[in-house]
Amino acid sequence: MYRLIKTLNRRALIKAIVAAVLTVIFVLMGSRNLQNFDPALIAYLIGTVFAVFGIAYRYSVWLQRPPTRLYWRRSMQFLFSRYFFPYLWRSIKLFVRNIFFQRFIAFRSRRRWFGHFLLATGCMLAFAITIPLTFGWIHFILKPGDDTTYYAMLFGFEAGSFQLGSPLAFIAFHGLVWSSVLVTIGAVIMMKRRFTDGGLIATQSFENDWLPLFLLIAISVTGLGISYDYTFLEGKTYQFMAVTHAITVILFLVWLPFGKFFHIFQRLAQLGATLYKAEGKRRGMATCPHTKEDFATQTHIDDLKKVSKTLGFNYDKEDGTNHMDLSPEGKRSALANAHLNARKEAGKLFG
Amino acid sequence: MPETNYDQEMAFFVDMQRCIGCHACEMACAECETNGQESMIHVNYVDRSKSTQTTVQVCMHCEDPTCANVCPADAIHQDEFGVVHSANTSRCIGCSNCVLACPFGVPKKMEEAELMMKCNMCYDRTSVGKKPMCATVCPSQALFFGTKEEIARMRPDSVPVNSFLFGKQEVNTKVNIMMPKGTDQLLIP
Repeated sequence: MYRLIKTLNRRALIKAIVAAVLTVIFVLMGSRNLQNFDPALIAYLIGTVFAVFGIAYRYSVWLQRPPTRLYWRRSMQFLFSRYFFPYLWRSIKLFVRNIFFQRFIAFRSRRRWFGHFLLATGCMLAFAITIPLTFGWIHFILKPGDDTTYYAMLFGFEAGSFQLGSPLAFIAFHGLVWSSVLVTIGAVIMMKRRFTDGGLIATQSFENDWLPLFLLIAISVTGLGISYDYTFLEGKTYQFMAVTHAITVILFLVWLPFGKFFHIFQRLAQLGATLYKAEGKRRGMATCPHTKEDFATQTHIDDLKKVSKTLGFNYDKEDGTNHMDLSPEGKRSALANAHLNARKEAGKLFG
Repeated sequence: MPETNYDQEMAFFVDMQRCIGCHACEMACAECETNGQESMIHVNYVDRSKSTQTTVQVCMHCEDPTCANVCPADAIHQDEFGVVHSANTSRCIGCSNCVLACPFGVPKKMEEAELMMKCNMCYDRTSVGKKPMCATVCPSQALFFGTKEEIARMRPDSVPVNSFLFGKQEVNTKVNIMMPKGTDQLLIP
């Protein structure tokens, strides 16, 4: 055990502990010292705190890699510059477009985007409902003398009300049913691709590509089971439905930092990469000495030279230039020219 | 990765001087299912103002790939056969680090899809013992996929070389280029 702890990344461990402790503090504060906390959800809370710990740990380890660290630092530096407001606005727009709607996937394949959009929307909706409930941030009450109006309490303050039996109540109480349906349809679309696309069949793996889809479907189906039970079975199978659903959700939460689902958190780096490009363009472009055309931002090329040296790659040349000063086309031509010269020197162009 | 039938006796041999610029490889490359019907091979003029010579470039599948090292999202991985795979679509953030760092100028950035794509040696084909698409259609055999014995028979005056020196950086690759006999490394000035 001591050896295991010694192998842990110290900086990441501290950050993960801080993140987990902060989550517990927010739960205590938001639930008004647990008076609004639902003890039936304790297992979900423990799973969520573990997920926060794991995500913070892995994120921190990930940020320590030289290229990731560079993007992180540059993104922060560029965002908190004198162009703060235009860059913030740009990032918000991109967040909506690429994180909420995942529009970039549509350019990879429309059906794939549709499947992913349903999956992601279902998951985001489910998180938006379950996390505040699990943390005790939201709860519902009836007031004395009125047993038809339901009051939503946010952090212990009244945040809205609706009539029981109203369309709004039906929509709100079935929020997780809607998200389960979205997730299941999305997961089936994604599974179909994995059965029919030759490229995916050749490169996919069970643990990275199939297991996440199975898990999402298991969560959705067992969640729908709870709803089915209290709607049509008068709660006769509640125990079974509740336990199987809790097991699948907790498995998901525990696995969240380690498996494919970590890409949800990595995706945010795309915003940083876009900002990096925008600021780089403002600072000036790099021109390829071979094609004489702009091909990247000079900031990017300069940073890449430094990062690659940190990683043990040195493309410096004798004349003081660097191989990375060439555009991709310039590099291909340099290679072809070197090959041609070697053939010429040997006296035979073909052999 | 699923179970494969990747034949490690087979190797890729490139001879840019034999490229006639017919673009057949580009058309064939787009048939590769791991590319999503996008052509990943590069055919371009070496120096159009001086010559009509074209060059062809596939991914060289470096032993220690610079692209994978500079990737901030851990999206590029090398399998047990040494094949360096195209970016993991769920991880790639479209930063272009790999595009700009690759010494051979291979990866392509699909701008709107925010995705890097590159040749992965037609993994849907090579993983089941078939040849990459480009090598099956190249009429001049600038691209050849076969055994070392076959290429030695076909090119008696050449040797396969898989070591390159870019400035101070030595890069060793899985893919070979055909060089004059007695050469063991290609120096790129």
